[in-house]
Amino acid sequence: MEQTTNTSALTDIPVQEEKQYSYLNLGPTHPATHGIFQNVLKMDGEIIVEATPTIGYIHRAFEKLAEHRPFYQITPITDRMNYCSSPINNMGWHMTVEKLLKIEIPKRVQYIRVIIMELSRISDHIICNTIIGQDVGATTGFLYLFQYRERIYEIFEEICGARLTTNIGRIGGMERNIPDKAWDKLDQWLIDFPVAFKEFSGLLERNRIFMDRTINCGSITAEKALSYSFSGPNLRAAGVDYDVRVMNPYSSYEEFDFIVPVGTQGDTYDRFMVRQQEMHESLKIIHQALEKLKKEPSDIYHADVPEYVLPPKEDVYNDMEALIYHFKNIMGETEIPKGEVYHAVEGGNGELGFYLISDGGRKPYRLHFRRPCFIFYQAYPEMIKGSMLSDAIITMSSMNVIAGELDS
Amino acid sequence: MEEVSTEEQIVTVLKEKFGGEILSIESPYNFLTVILRPEKIISIIKFLYDEEGYQYLTTLCGVHYPDQKSIVVMYQLHNLRQNKRLRLKIALPEDKPVVPTLTTVFPAANWMERETYDFFGVTFEGHPNLIRILNVEEMIIFPMRKEYPLEDQTREDKNDQMFGR
Repeated sequence: MEQTTNTSALTDIPVQEEKQYSYLNLGPTHPATHGIFQNVLKMDGEIIVEATPTIGYIHRAFEKLAEHRPFYQITPITDRMNYCSSPINNMGWHMTVEKLLKIEIPKRVQYIRVIIMELSRISDHIICNTIIGQDVGATTGFLYLFQYRERIYEIFEEICGARLTTNIGRIGGMERNIPDKAWDKLDQWLIDFPVAFKEFSGLLERNRIFMDRTINCGSITAEKALSYSFSGPNLRAAGVDYDVRVMNPYSSYEEFDFIVPVGTQGDTYDRFMVRQQEMHESLKIIHQALEKLKKEPSDIYHADVPEYVLPPKEDVYNDMEALIYHFKNIMGETEIPKGEVYHAVEGGNGELGFYLISDGGRKPYRLHFRRPCFIFYQAYPEMIKGSMLSDAIITMSSMNVIAGELDS
Repeated sequence: MEEVSTEEQIVTVLKEKFGGEILSIESPYNFLTVILRPEKIISIIKFLYDEEGYQYLTTLCGVHYPDQKSIVVMYQLHNLRQNKRLRLKIALPEDKPVVPTLTTVFPAANWMERETYDFFGVTFEGHPNLIRILNVEEMIIFPMRKEYPLEDQTREDKNDQMFGR
């Protein structure tokens, strides 16, 4: 009897049923974010209720800087955007200026550029895919493939002398002809890489644990992806076959035979698989480009535009014309036409666009970078809402968010 | 049967529908550019989205023209089905640049507009969260405007006469 009175007395007391959430700072310098950006997560246990991303930690004012630099000095700035595939950024910038100047680029240079761009696409995708493996706990694949990324950098080193921030090529072509050693290294890499890549694919692609972990994790529908202006592998994983190389071909991509892989779910597994397939396609393109190069004269490495291409050093000392052009180039005194031009390339993460307004001066009047990371990262809070913290981590790594590109 | 709209067709459609809004039409480097009055920009983009298939917002940015005392906002749309790109531009007064937000049509415009606000001070009316995105919150200027030099002149910790600052 006593007990019942007790309980009735208890029910009279209003029970405070306020839900308690905890807040977690993911970043700015968390090893799993692979870059410096912060997410303030509102968590209910291990479920993410809300995410507030903060970016700008490595903002370096590239757009302002670019307004104060001659055109050729902007190439090193573009290096530092998506530093996992800086040659693509460099080439995109060169092609933007070439479009403004209406320079016709020789076929051989275009094919060389295609090879370099596809190599850097592979190195970009190697990073992204092995990191997905790393973040789900499969370190082996990471160790297998990173050696081959290293060897891609060695090829870049032979071509331009730098590894990560390459500053590769010049407006109007390449800075020098590709040395034989680079070709040898490329040939050897083309033999070795597919073997290791097959091993890596065997480790993860049909691995039940990996599939269970990544399928339906961080998925996004095609409509959502389009409304958030996704591009590149992330959009293709959602099922939209938008590839700048096919839609608006540049650098003779229209001559190459390759397919645009698409996914269906837009989840982490699809993004992983789209990148895997793209690496195969890139290898195909490199082989085709090497075939095409055989038919081209081997001594052409830039367009015939002395106003924009630095002459060889020995000519500068012995030839007056070359000395004049050297001086004009270095001082940025060459004539640049007035104009407004947009050029997009398919970067490692998607449509990398350069919107350039020139007022005829030695510097751009305005240069705007369309950075794919910056645009698709805003969908991230929506993609991870309701998922576990560990899913949020691999969603982020499968989106390949690069802090340099995010913050410009 | 879907009709393939060429550049001229979209220009005719725009002229028919919003003739009074168009200031000029040009095509620098084969990129169709329409310069518009700022008042109806969002309804024009909404129309292009609904009727003409421009359903992909490529980018959005500001450009400052101190001579004309204006800040131009550039919208770049893409019709992915027909692979047609279109650039729209509006000029806003420098001292009070206000334009309605595009987030009602494209969620992707959210951060792009925040970036434009951050660097040019363009106010996007109705934006859900119009705060600075890349710069520090304490910043009082809009650094991409042309009157601001590359180095921050208000800083006192840097006194490097050697480099002409």
